[in-house]
Amino acid sequence: MDILYFAWVREQIGTDREQLDPPPEVQDVAGLIGWLATRSPGHATALADPARLRAAIDQKFATLDESVTGAREIALFPPVTGG
Amino acid sequence: MIEVRLQSAPFDAGEELARLDRLGGGGVASFTGIVRGDDGLTELLLEHHPEMTLRMMRALAEEAVARWTLLGVTLIHRHGALHPGDPIVFVATAARHRGAALDACASLIDRLKTQAPFWKRETFADGRSSWVEARAADDDAAARWLRDRD
Repeated sequence: MDILYFAWVREQIGTDREQLDPPPEVQDVAGLIGWLATRSPGHATALADPARLRAAIDQKFATLDESVTGAREIALFPPVTGG
Repeated sequence: MIEVRLQSAPFDAGEELARLDRLGGGGVASFTGIVRGDDGLTELLLEHHPEMTLRMMRALAEEAVARWTLLGVTLIHRHGALHPGDPIVFVATAARHRGAALDACASLIDRLKTQAPFWKRETFADGRSSWVEARAADDDAAARWLRDRD
């Protein structure tokens, strides 16, 4: 699955995109965040507080308890600030 | 008529309005957002999701057309590096009557702020740079339009 990062999440992780296959025990967005946080110190910092993060599954906004099973793309980012 | 654009280039608000004026409605409403130079801001960098942002903008435009029976809507959001005084966002609506045009325009800018994936990074004259934090007041403004829906 493609994992996309934006804004300070992208900066702290040091890349805007990774292609990863999470293990089967990763079921929802919160679980994915917890698993990603173990990948590097940058991931750990960026993903330390899931309450500060928002997510989109296949380009639709999603809550942290939504299933990621079968998703093609997960985006993780801070609350949006457009307009 | 639904016109939705995501672009780094400036836009001509007059030209965009003229197109809506010609749709035969009784009213055209618009909002132009301009980059403010508060606290010595020198640059505003707009990041977006390359596909999802345009899709969300289109969905908001289509929803507004259906809800307020608009004759036309134009949504333009810029991305990349912008500077104080630069137009950053444009929302315009054409309807048979002013109420629909004004409400749709206000709703679209409120919802664009909270539901389109954009992130702003501010850089100041003294070299400070930081990502803009989302404001609870923006969420409240957007939620009002959802609450008021039938």
